Amino acid sequence: MRRSKLRFWLFLAPALISFTIICVIPMLIGFYFSFTNWDGVNMNPAVVGFDNFVRMFTSDSDFLRALLFTAAVAVVTIVLVNVFGLALAMFVMQKFRGANLLRSVLFMPNLIGGLLLGFTWNFIFTNVFSAVGTALNLEFLKGWLSNTETGFIGIIILNVWQMSGYMMIIYIAQLQHIPSSVKEAAKIDGANWWQTFRSVTFPLVMPAFTIGLFLSISNSFKMFDQNLALTKGGPYHSTEMLALNIYNSAFSANEYGYAQAKAIIFLILVAGIGLIQLIVTKKKEVEM
Amino acid sequence: MVSWSKTKKISINKKGRFKRLVLSIISLIIGLVFVFPIYILALNSFKTQKGLLVNLLGFPDAKTFSPNNYAEAFDKLKYLQSFCNSLYISICSVFMILLISTMAAWVLVRYKTKVSKVVFVVFALFMLVPFQCVMLPLMMVAKNMGLLNPVGLIFMYMGFGTSMSVLMIHGFIKNVPEELEEAAVIDGCNVFQLFFIIVVPLLRVILITVAILNTMWIWNDFLLPSIVINKPGWQTLPLMTYSFFGTYSTRWDLASAALVMCIAPIVAFYLFSQKYIVNGMTDGAIK
Repeated sequence: MRRSKLRFWLFLAPALISFTIICVIPMLIGFYFSFTNWDGVNMNPAVVGFDNFVRMFTSDSDFLRALLFTAAVAVVTIVLVNVFGLALAMFVMQKFRGANLLRSVLFMPNLIGGLLLGFTWNFIFTNVFSAVGTALNLEFLKGWLSNTETGFIGIIILNVWQMSGYMMIIYIAQLQHIPSSVKEAAKIDGANWWQTFRSVTFPLVMPAFTIGLFLSISNSFKMFDQNLALTKGGPYHSTEMLALNIYNSAFSANEYGYAQAKAIIFLILVAGIGLIQLIVTKKKEVEM
Repeated sequence: MVSWSKTKKISINKKGRFKRLVLSIISLIIGLVFVFPIYILALNSFKTQKGLLVNLLGFPDAKTFSPNNYAEAFDKLKYLQSFCNSLYISICSVFMILLISTMAAWVLVRYKTKVSKVVFVVFALFMLVPFQCVMLPLMMVAKNMGLLNPVGLIFMYMGFGTSMSVLMIHGFIKNVPEELEEAAVIDGCNVFQLFFIIVVPLLRVILITVAILNTMWIWNDFLLPSIVINKPGWQTLPLMTYSFFGTYSTRWDLASAALVMCIAPIVAFYLFSQKYIVNGMTDGAIK
């Protein structure tokens, strides 16, 4: 077939131009601005070298706390969401009345925007929990989201509620590919349920595990809307996650250059973890 | 012998039935736990402000029932306007993303040159970049180019959306045989006929997937519109929800009605196109 260069560029141009203006150019400007004291107004900010990067790791306790808090949320979320996701997948794949309905219900929270979820759970934690606490005389249900611990647990509950169904669907897609003959063979060989799960189902479900981990890591690290709507980072920035910390540096403190430097570290973290995780789990996958 | 095997069969059936019943009950409990937050929210959206204080967990009664919450929240959210804004932004953005990404992905697959490989890798790599990383410089660029308006926002979604969309459509086109296109060219198709009449219909499955992924993202997006079009008259539903909570954070009677009204269209869309959404999100994750 005759292939003209003109056609190639003509078809590529709309995507390439919008992508370049919206993503590539701001990205390059962003790298430069992370080495300046840009305030968002002055277009010729002074270059300050690595000062921004040194500052965030040596004298910004809120940033370091946000970093640790985000890591903690991510780790707990990743474990719970993937365990629940796989368990629910194996549960709804059995034949019983209502299995399909349950599948639909579990998946639904994932479609509702983070802001709406955050406000909804804010209502549950602050109003419903305290009403139940008063009715049953349970002290630990009162005053939720007013301290760091309940803020942390609140974010985790929200994440599990939102993401488990999504992980479940991904695990179901993988489990459906396991031929039933493999499990039957294990049964004939005398394997009990746990042995079958450990040695047959689990290794064969590893490819979905890669996706599940990758999604839950990047979702937890990038989380912003839920954090903003649920706790707003409070009390005293103690439940602030990285994305919200960057946002506040820019729009509350007007330190755009500093916020941009944090965003670069954020990029290195998110992209780095994602790539490493993808490489490691790809290696462990069992070839079907 | 015969009777023995019969009784055994029955007992297995009984056991199976019992097991299924237990599973159904467990599933009912799990389902109720998952639905509970939405249920209690919807329940309280029909109560007065005072009713929320005295009777949060029960059904609204004659004293606590308030039929006006929805009307008031509808008014305060400027619901019709914000809903239409959201719809307009989502539909235009998704349509444009699909159009330009399909065009790009098609030539990127069919031209096996070094340039096309490099361009593809750059598109793919950008999926790893968090939004916060380009947010501030983008605001500056957008200000200088006069993009801080709804049309500018659609253009931004085109830029951000291409990365994932090109990647997914690219993966699909790779498995579409080229012979059909060659035959069409021999029959005298020009390049636009070839693309719109021959290529695009073959991509229906992946285009639905990509459309759904982009719709869910853009409809629910808050941060980007909040810095681009946060002006009266332009606000989308998430923006109005946020500003509503800034003003009425203690009025849970109105706030719960507002939340239900914002969640309802998403649930309706889900019920309407559940199969496509679930398949789309699964495919989207796997690719």
